[in-house]
Amino acid sequence: MTAVLLGASGASGDVTWVGLAASLVLVAVAVALSLWRGYGLEWDIVWASLRAIVQLLAVGVALTVIIDPDSPLVLSLAWVVFMVVFAAVVIRGRAPGVPGLFAIAVAAISAAAAVSLGVIFGLGVFPAEGRTIVPLAGMMIGNSMTATVVASRRVVGELTDKRDEVEARLALGQPWTVASRPYTRSAVRTALISQIETTKAVGLVFLPGAMTGLILAGVDPVDAVLVQAAVMYLILGSAATTVTVVSIGLTRKLFTSDHRLVRLTREGS
Amino acid sequence: MPQPEVDLFRFEDVRLEVDGATILDGVDAGVPDRGLTALVGPSGSGKSTLLRLCNRLEVPTSGRVRFRGDDLASLDALALRRRVGMVFQRPTLFPGTVAENLEVALPGVAPADAADALERAGLDRAFLDRTGDDLSGGEAQRACLARTLVTGPEVLLMDEPTSALDEANTLVLERLGRQLADGGVPVLWVTHDLGQVDRIADRRIQLADGRVVGDER
Repeated sequence: MTAVLLGASGASGDVTWVGLAASLVLVAVAVALSLWRGYGLEWDIVWASLRAIVQLLAVGVALTVIIDPDSPLVLSLAWVVFMVVFAAVVIRGRAPGVPGLFAIAVAAISAAAAVSLGVIFGLGVFPAEGRTIVPLAGMMIGNSMTATVVASRRVVGELTDKRDEVEARLALGQPWTVASRPYTRSAVRTALISQIETTKAVGLVFLPGAMTGLILAGVDPVDAVLVQAAVMYLILGSAATTVTVVSIGLTRKLFTSDHRLVRLTREGS
Repeated sequence: MPQPEVDLFRFEDVRLEVDGATILDGVDAGVPDRGLTALVGPSGSGKSTLLRLCNRLEVPTSGRVRFRGDDLASLDALALRRRVGMVFQRPTLFPGTVAENLEVALPGVAPADAADALERAGLDRAFLDRTGDDLSGGEAQRACLARTLVTGPEVLLMDEPTSALDEANTLVLERLGRQLADGGVPVLWVTHDLGQVDRIADRRIQLADGRVVGDER
């Protein structure tokens, strides 16, 4: 066993194929726990693990081409567009009861990408190259996906739970933009607070992915911290942009032009 | 020759369907522009839905609702709702004090007007500083009535306003409704309680299964 482990990693921290195979022991642990406790998730775990490695390998091959310094930048941008659309598909799947979420998600993540990546590259925090655009967009979009799902579920949930209050406000002659505000604000706060808490806990409670990856790859920890801090701010700014666009877009969909709240079901959440 | 009186609300072959279910099935009725009219019927008869058509919280699938002769669909919904006030079945006070609730209804409301609205709802001005959590169900419902009255509505819609109240508070609210109607604010009051209809209504429109089955003066 010791010999296998010794052969699992290269001198610079690279994971070898043998090391990857060894890590499958942890998948086996998950399967064993599922069997032992009767979770019924064995095939889901195996399928998810296989799918992940196939996807990552495919992405790795594609990225090798896309982020090659000799490749045109438009390839990286096309990859970002693909990620935005695919993220919207995933979001729609995770909150199927929320009406019109695909278009809202595309708009929200695109806006967040434009703002956050525009600032990061516009101010020269990172050089605008394929090797920076693609991974930074990936992290930004991944976090925006979670924020979008939370925000959309919370907006629908708040307006469903507080329907009486919302209609009382509408009955007083408030336009939907005003009548909905206390409830969408609450939903946005919930969606953002988890991101803010994550930002506060970073370094103390957990080491985030980018920093971990850099340290594992042998980069000086202080340099890794600088990169990670910029990434955290990127994620925070993009999450705020995303949930704001989601709450505005979704709320617009949930009210009619003559200021009525459409019928909603909690299934949206 | 006197002009025929224009109805406060006129329902003309009003149908409303939700997800394939018929809620209102060709309602034809007129609500007079004075006194207190009761919309009465069993649960699920469509009476609350009919009431919600009057301030456009609902719109008919087909047919027409008129407000003092004007097609409701042609009126601005927000302006209409400021003319047609509504009190809901359950007291729905917003977070904050009663004064803050009145401020939501009428931003910048003068203290004297706030106190006057409370008085018309049977509460003294000391309630302005109370929050919804401090109020009984009856007091909260009267605070909601005050919140509606502070906007100066021409008409009042009451959607089973006493269904969550005890007998004493029910009688208080009935008296207030009656006073408003007598004071020149026509009231359209939804209830399933025939005894309540006898106590307060000048006119009753009876519904069953989404249709008008009785219209008595």
